[in-house]
Amino acid sequence: MSALLSIRNMTHYFGGLKAVSEFSYDIPPGVIYGLIGPNGSGKTTTFNLITGIYRPTQGQVFLEDRDITAQKPYLIVRAGIGRTFQNLRIFGGMSVLDNIRAAKQYRAKSWMLSSVLRLPGFMNEEKRIRDESMALLDVLHLADRAGDLARNLPYGALRRLEIARALATEPKLLLLDEPAAGMNPKEVQDLMKLVQRVRDEFKVTVFLIEHHMKVIMGICEYVKVLDFGTTIAEGKPDDVGRDAKVLEAYLGKKGAAC
Amino acid sequence: MNSLKTPRLLFAAAGLYVVILVMNLTGLLNDYFLHIINQSLIYVTLTVSLNLINGLTGQFSLGHMGFAAVGAYVSGTITTLLFNVKPTLVNYPIFVLALVIGGLAAALVGVLIGFPSLRLKGDYLAIVTLGFGEIIRTILNNISVVGGPRGLLGIPKFSNFHVVFVVAFVTLVVVRNLAQSSHGRAFLAIRENELAAELVGLNTTRYKVMAFAIGAFFAGVAGGLLGHLLQMAHPTQFGFLGSVLVLIMLYAGGVGSLTGSVIAAFALTFLTETLRMVLDSLSDMTNLPLGDWRMVLYALLLILIMLFRTEGLMGTREAKIVVLKEDQL
Amino acid sequence: MGSIFNAQQIVNGLQLGSIYALIALGYTMVYGIVRLINFAHGDFFMVGAYAAYGAFFLFNAFLGGSGLPMAAVTLIVAMAAGSVVAALTNRFAYKPLRNKPKLSSLITAIGVSMLIEYLFSALPFIGASFRAFPVLIEQKLYKIGTATISNYVVIDLLVAATLMIGLTFLVRKTALGRAMRAVSQDKDAAKLMGIDVERVIGWTFLIGGAFAGAAGLLAGMTYPRIFPYMGILPGLKAFIAAVLGGIGNIPGAMLGAYIMGLAETFASAFNSLLGEGIAFAILILVLLVRPRGLLGEKSADKI
Ligand SMILES: Nc1ncnc2c1ncn2[C@@H]1O[C@H](COP(=O)(O)OP(=O)(O)OP(=O)(O)O)[C@@H](O)[C@H]1O
Ligand SMILES: [Mg+2]
Repeated sequence: MSALLSIRNMTHYFGGLKAVSEFSYDIPPGVIYGLIGPNGSGKTTTFNLITGIYRPTQGQVFLEDRDITAQKPYLIVRAGIGRTFQNLRIFGGMSVLDNIRAAKQYRAKSWMLSSVLRLPGFMNEEKRIRDESMALLDVLHLADRAGDLARNLPYGALRRLEIARALATEPKLLLLDEPAAGMNPKEVQDLMKLVQRVRDEFKVTVFLIEHHMKVIMGICEYVKVLDFGTTIAEGKPDDVGRDAKVLEAYLGKKGAAC
Repeated sequence: MNSLKTPRLLFAAAGLYVVILVMNLTGLLNDYFLHIINQSLIYVTLTVSLNLINGLTGQFSLGHMGFAAVGAYVSGTITTLLFNVKPTLVNYPIFVLALVIGGLAAALVGVLIGFPSLRLKGDYLAIVTLGFGEIIRTILNNISVVGGPRGLLGIPKFSNFHVVFVVAFVTLVVVRNLAQSSHGRAFLAIRENELAAELVGLNTTRYKVMAFAIGAFFAGVAGGLLGHLLQMAHPTQFGFLGSVLVLIMLYAGGVGSLTGSVIAAFALTFLTETLRMVLDSLSDMTNLPLGDWRMVLYALLLILIMLFRTEGLMGTREAKIVVLKEDQL
Repeated sequence: MGSIFNAQQIVNGLQLGSIYALIALGYTMVYGIVRLINFAHGDFFMVGAYAAYGAFFLFNAFLGGSGLPMAAVTLIVAMAAGSVVAALTNRFAYKPLRNKPKLSSLITAIGVSMLIEYLFSALPFIGASFRAFPVLIEQKLYKIGTATISNYVVIDLLVAATLMIGLTFLVRKTALGRAMRAVSQDKDAAKLMGIDVERVIGWTFLIGGAFAGAAGLLAGMTYPRIFPYMGILPGLKAFIAAVLGGIGNIPGAMLGAYIMGLAETFASAFNSLLGEGIAFAILILVLLVRPRGLLGEKSADKI
């Protein structure tokens, strides 16, 4: 089966700094794949390159064999890639429900004029968007906070809201940047179950970055390890966890995190 | 059509309209007051339209009066120089057409100004819009057909309470309906976090340019109304200070709150007039030019709002009648 | 007169550029350190001009005399006045907003600018009308080739050059300069290193204000009339010069200012409308083509 996402030989420089080096990854549909590495090893940059925030210095990104390299971010989203951010980027001044509805807007067909005049077509569409959004919030256990301002949610709920918002764009591929960051062990457990459930219910492929080895070991089918932008190991999580180079990269710099 | 589905605001507005009209007819409200109400309503249009750009979409325009200038000069040129019509009832279609064309011309300029907003944020955008406003003023100063620095004079007095009221109401409803729709949520998302907005599939470029275009359109119409109310259009009338006055109204009312914009536009227009009267009579008594103290007070007001009540009168809250009920969504 | 690109225009352009440079430096330093476009900066320039004006008449009445010593004293007064207004503005208008959204500071800055301008024009002993700036030093003209150079040109260039060299020394070699550079690189890291960030910001305003005040005196002397709104356009143009050079970058501000002075002089000689509009045309061009300016560094917003 051909890959859903295929990254080929991607390299990116920030000035003189080689943040990502000759990175390749084939991710088949329906899986949960991972990316790990110490701080500053280029993981987030990889996501930024996939989603078109930066243009890679070299290399290509394909989604279902379509070249999406360095397209405009919103077009990449429309092609089927949703993502969350390591440093939360919620729409804080909007309600939880509106965070989701904003993410459904790009699929809406009503024109501005129709929304100004409140024509029936627009009203029906609004109702549909609202119902779908509520259903999505329900799955992520956020329905009871739908009317609250997003910035008033507790941290763990914000992480779920980011996932919900990414799902609202109806992606084929979901990129999660450290979804378990800052969570306590119980929350981490819940999150792992949630990610698996999301994968099954929404038929999405998950590609996630994590520092928590537990998450990687628990739910990832395959991982790659980055260090200084270079892939130093890859394989099944168990094997990678025993790899000498990986241990050195991690224990040498931030053993405590694992 | 829209108004049928938003009865509360329509009823409130209709009530206000009738009350003011009756008070004017019975002499409770003299023509001078009506004139100030007309000006207030024009400022409502300007402030609400600026709110779409600065408040809802989170951009920052310092050249809003530049759009008004375009509308005033274009519509004024049509009624005064092109058709040279008297302000009679049969000629109103020409006036309305002129207003719309003026608004469209302003919208076109708004699109042009919207483009820098694609690459620039906050303070830089402020400077560029300020620069655009100044460029418009400089150009008007140098076009002799429209009077150059003397301004375009002898514009027929088409603007009256009815027209000005309807325009302010329509502007309010359009911006409100937009804000409380899926498109409005796109505007808000851009304000809240532009990168995240782009990454939920929104074409932020298009929305930002749209916000500028729509905001500029209504500002252009407001400018046209002002020109046809004061019977002239003058380059300095639409300069930086004018833009700042609208900005003060926006922030005093609460950026993001349409209710606040309406209240502040009325309150500050009345304050302006009151101060003008008080200072003028003081000037007469003391033989000193005191007019500039008004602007000193405005400057202080702006600073104090920023220092002590950044969120303005209303913050982002709205009066009940401005909010659509959920089933009206 | 021949070509508009003659020696005379170059001299005039450099003279104007010197004044822009002194103003632009304040913009760029403040922006570099607090990331604020200090809208009121052009008004510090105006305050400097008025202070020099007042100082001249005061000293003339009590001590008499004119010429270089008098000019030196008025220069000091102008710089001090610019500093004081800048420091007060920073303390009372900007400091309370340091941790609020950037736009509130910008709007406050607009308010401060209006306040200073209208206060000056409302105060009965200052007033809105133009005033002729007194002759501090007798003007002398020298003919060199096709160009006529006055001693004012020499003074403007010399004062600007001296101040700019002084500033460069201060920024490169002194503890304050190092602290300023550290704060402009990374405010939080500077704080952790034990730098008193507020003190550095205060000094930046003092120095920027002094430079603007000096520019006010030079402008008053060179284009001898002053009025409360005289700071608006030069302020805006100097800001654009700072953007052109790369805002936050000190040599950039100087470079941008001289380019601006020359461009404006040439453009005005060509056509007056162009002269009025050239600054904004440059601004828009820079922002579209090279937003970081000629010498500015690429900003790294981490995502
Ligand atoms: N916009 C940028 N400009 C310049 N350098 C950058 C930029 N973004 C990231 N970097 C640098 O690129 C390298 C990789 O950063 P990246 O954020 O991808 O790391 P990461 O693996 O996600 O780390 P972490 O675990 O801390 O999130 C780092 O050295 C970082 O400082
Ligand atoms: Mg990261």
